[in-house]
Amino acid sequence: MSVETSSAAAVAGRDPSEQPVISLDKVSLAFDDKVVLKDVSFTLLPGHTKIILGASGSGKSTILKLLLGLWKPDGGTISVNGERIDNMSELQLMKVRADIGMVFQEGALFDSLTVAENVGYKLYEETDMPLDDVRRRVEEVLGFIGLAQYIDRGPSELSGGQRRRVAIARAMAAKPRILLYDEATTGLDPITAVTVDEEVIKLRDFEGVTSIVVTHQLRDAFYVATHEAIRDGDRVRITQADEQKADEAEFIMLKDGLVAFEGNASELRASNDPYLKTFLS
Amino acid sequence: MLELADTWLKSGILEVQEYVRLQVATLRGCVSRPFYFRDVVEQFEQIGIGSLTVVLLTGFFTGAVLVLQTGITLDQFGARPFVGRIVSATMVKELGPVLTGLMLAGRVGSGIAAELGSMVVTDQINALRALGTDPIRKLVVPRVLAGFFMAPVLTIIANTVGIIGGWIMAVFQLRVASSLYWTSVTEGLYLEDAWMGLIKPFCLGYVIVTIGCHVGLRTKGGTQGVGRATTNAVVASSVAVIAVDFFVTRLLITLLY
Repeated sequence: MSVETSSAAAVAGRDPSEQPVISLDKVSLAFDDKVVLKDVSFTLLPGHTKIILGASGSGKSTILKLLLGLWKPDGGTISVNGERIDNMSELQLMKVRADIGMVFQEGALFDSLTVAENVGYKLYEETDMPLDDVRRRVEEVLGFIGLAQYIDRGPSELSGGQRRRVAIARAMAAKPRILLYDEATTGLDPITAVTVDEEVIKLRDFEGVTSIVVTHQLRDAFYVATHEAIRDGDRVRITQADEQKADEAEFIMLKDGLVAFEGNASELRASNDPYLKTFLS
Repeated sequence: MLELADTWLKSGILEVQEYVRLQVATLRGCVSRPFYFRDVVEQFEQIGIGSLTVVLLTGFFTGAVLVLQTGITLDQFGARPFVGRIVSATMVKELGPVLTGLMLAGRVGSGIAAELGSMVVTDQINALRALGTDPIRKLVVPRVLAGFFMAPVLTIIANTVGIIGGWIMAVFQLRVASSLYWTSVTEGLYLEDAWMGLIKPFCLGYVIVTIGCHVGLRTKGGTQGVGRATTNAVVASSVAVIAVDFFVTRLLITLLY
């Protein structure tokens, strides 16, 4: 059974026009005898961040794949931008995916394409945008993540952290309103991980993107939740977020396919649940 | 024992089901938008031009050895000058399509399975879907079209080169007069043989590429899985070449002769 979420009460008291961008209701999924998700429910408001924590194999990445329609749930409903997607065909899902960007674990860059072709892929292949405009957009997003000089290199010439950042650039190039991050910092050194976290924060705060961050790296989870990006003249600074801003980032802890916790960073730290305490220690 | 047979049977039926679903999706992708024309051209180059060297070498040495071997047998009947007839009929009807098919199975089938398998295990296929691209239209359709149309072209090249290889052996090894060789080459070929030699490669090319794509897209288990998929693709498409050759030959003999 799922934990009664604090977000549900918050949504009830909100402006009716601010409807959830993402909504999962009692979603379940099993592969043969292995239950991956059981009665998982949560909502996500526009511009907010949901950080999904859990041990390996707890079902975190599965949620992202369900949101993209890459897999179908065995039970429950999933809505994205007010449309129910769990019963859509692959063709119908293409329209939904137009508004979602995903950063896969290890980046999942296309080996046979250059960085520019990877980043501009959606714009080149799936839109009628003129090639010059695509190139301009590619240069813009690569500049945003600080990798403009690698524009014509191949993915094999990049480091792990650079590949992750290019993957973020690819996900944001078509200006989606929702971004999904699947273990974007796993396997990276702390400095590179912070660089990736800062890209996530900048996208959230400057582009107003609604984000779901899946990770088991607590340091990165708390960093994204408790920091914000602000413009300081020409520079961008990442600073400690105030309480209101920090509350826009909610944590979900998955355990054995169930939602074991949902709340903000302070509530997570203050929780007396033995599993959470072990996970956070 | 029964359980094993049950599992084996179920997995066999699942493979056939998924293979058929892939065909249906591929055929739909060939006749509807979006159509990735640039990728089709790229695959024509990779599968067609890229296989030229192996096909030329295979064809040449096959024709040459055919002349050497049949020359010895024909000598017993004083029929050495008719060696050209045997080379042309055998190459055009059977050896050209089958050996070209086997070379393509090894080169193209394994390459496709490895490439698509690597994309599956590194989440690139999911990334394609997430970016709004149908992997069947983007990856499978271009390869199937390239295999389907380039296999006959490569077979014709193999046949030609094989007959030329046979000519070289016939003239310099068997001391058959050049004009006699070429006369017997043309006399040994009937229109039905040419049709058979032209229709078969279409079937073989299609089977090789679709098996490679099917096995590649169903890869599981990381890099080990990619290795397994590559091996399975070569074995399955090689066996399929031989089997399909038999059934198509049987059908064409009924229809043409």
